[in-house]
Amino acid sequence: MSSNVISLIPSKQMVANKSKLMLLPLIGILIFLMFWHLSAREVQTSLGTLPGPSQTYQQFTKLVVEHFDEREKGHAFIERQEKRNAEKLAKNPDAKVKIRPYTGKPTFFDQILTSLVTVSAGFLLATAIAIPLGIVLGLNQGVYQAFNPIIQLLKPVSPLAWLPIVTMVVSATYVSDDPMFAKSFVNSLLTVALCSLWPTLINTAVGVTSVDKDLVNVSKVLQLSWWQHIRVIVLPSAIPMIFTGLRLSLGIAWMVLIAAEMLAQNPGLGKFVWDEFQNGSSASLGRIMVAVITIGFIGLLLDRGMLQLQKWLSWNKQQALR
Amino acid sequence: MSKPLLDLTQLGMRFPTPNGEFLALKNVNLQINKGKFISLIGHSGCGKSTVLNLVAGLHLPTDGGVIVDGREVAGPGPERAVVFQHHSLLPWLTVYQNVELAVKQIADQYKQGAETKVWVKQQVEHYLDLIQMTNAADKKPDEISGGMKQRVGIARALALRPKVLLMDEPFGALDALTRAHLQDSLMKIQAELNNTVIMITHDVDEAVLLSDKIVMMTNGPAATIGEVLEINLPRPRNRVALADDPNYQKYRQSVLRFLYEKQSKAAPGKPVKEHTTSVPAKSA
Repeated sequence: MSSNVISLIPSKQMVANKSKLMLLPLIGILIFLMFWHLSAREVQTSLGTLPGPSQTYQQFTKLVVEHFDEREKGHAFIERQEKRNAEKLAKNPDAKVKIRPYTGKPTFFDQILTSLVTVSAGFLLATAIAIPLGIVLGLNQGVYQAFNPIIQLLKPVSPLAWLPIVTMVVSATYVSDDPMFAKSFVNSLLTVALCSLWPTLINTAVGVTSVDKDLVNVSKVLQLSWWQHIRVIVLPSAIPMIFTGLRLSLGIAWMVLIAAEMLAQNPGLGKFVWDEFQNGSSASLGRIMVAVITIGFIGLLLDRGMLQLQKWLSWNKQQALR
Repeated sequence: MSKPLLDLTQLGMRFPTPNGEFLALKNVNLQINKGKFISLIGHSGCGKSTVLNLVAGLHLPTDGGVIVDGREVAGPGPERAVVFQHHSLLPWLTVYQNVELAVKQIADQYKQGAETKVWVKQQVEHYLDLIQMTNAADKKPDEISGGMKQRVGIARALALRPKVLLMDEPFGALDALTRAHLQDSLMKIQAELNNTVIMITHDVDEAVLLSDKIVMMTNGPAATIGEVLEINLPRPRNRVALADDPNYQKYRQSVLRFLYEKQSKAAPGKPVKEHTTSVPAKSA
């Protein structure tokens, strides 16, 4: 029965819908935590029992504390150094003072930052190669047919297979006395770029090929220049597909980076996990658990960020994005 | 008599298919004078669109040729603007920007340097005013109705100041009332600008109402011009007044007779498309 009276009290259905939106994921998380808590206790390893949610949380707080301790130590070091130098200069204005940077060990949060910088650099490099190349492939059937087998062949190659080659090539070619970037950074960056450029490349090419034929005819009738054709017709049509590719690429980039860091001892979250594993203290498993959750969480944030960017850049606001 | 603006001579089109060549069009001869409104009418698949695409330069003919204003058509260009069946506006640009894109393409033929910007703005506003879309200038195509989109499509084509305006079933996808409204608008614009127009249509009333000449095409394959009917009705034409006009009825009858008696569609089940595999044998 419907009534024409507008009620100020939200209907039962609306309340139920809203609470469902909040409640159901919460229930899911709780069930997962319970399951983790109960099953972790049963697993005995040489480093003690597998850490449950509470131990993991403890390790997380410890990591936070360590981070601030390390920062304090760093500040203290710089302060001492400045004081010493000032005294030296007061005694003898011509004295040479040495300024050394603080070389404490990177904390968990430093490692996160390093990983984020590396993944962004690798992903940007991959994008800078994949989008223009994808446009060229999409516009030209001949080029597409020529390179498609190579692309399909290289696409499934694992980062672990690329890494030795990249490492050798980098150490052979990237030689300078005062390198702008560390070799390990270049290694991870190139590995990430090599593995993550394929989805963007393929999706861009497909997006460009599937431009509405009528719009291509419009472009011909208007005699748009090559560059205008790309900018006004091709790119806007292909943007949804390009973003699908970019999101896949970013996900792969993040996964590949962790593997590359672990294997090649490049600084970052992967190295943190590996170091803890080698360390083998009773806290190690808990710390690795923290790293695993952090990796997942950052991966999620990266994907959501990309989605926001797509919503912001896409001309089609009605398009449902998820 | 002056030379015709548009001259189609022995125009033919063969498409390659896996089963040999498909002869879509043959021996199309048609002269069109400046300022005339021509309709192409015929059953679907009779090659009307092929004729239009050949004039537009989107396809190049395999036989014969198209001459526009003394020059053979060798590719698409703004002097032969096309209004597409499905408006084909760029969905990421506003109405204003869609028309502006067209105006900018021809701006350097009319103005140079600093004046260009002002001229472009004036032109865009002029054509938006012509189709009464000034109020919706900042809307995206998704936000306006089908009839409005088609108006903008017409404005974009007109803004190119074409020698020939080509319309591919411009009102085919619209409901009857909107269509009638747009036909009236088109007649008004036509009275003002006196363009040379070729329009494809399925609609007999539309053809008689708008045209100076109706070109009726035979069924494909190997479609060609069947009959040409001159429409000598005084302008401006009024659809309500014409409904009782005996001449109008006569024109209408003869088009209907051509379409449904002389060129009635092949019975269902019988293959309509025949492939001409034996073309090279003849020339030997």
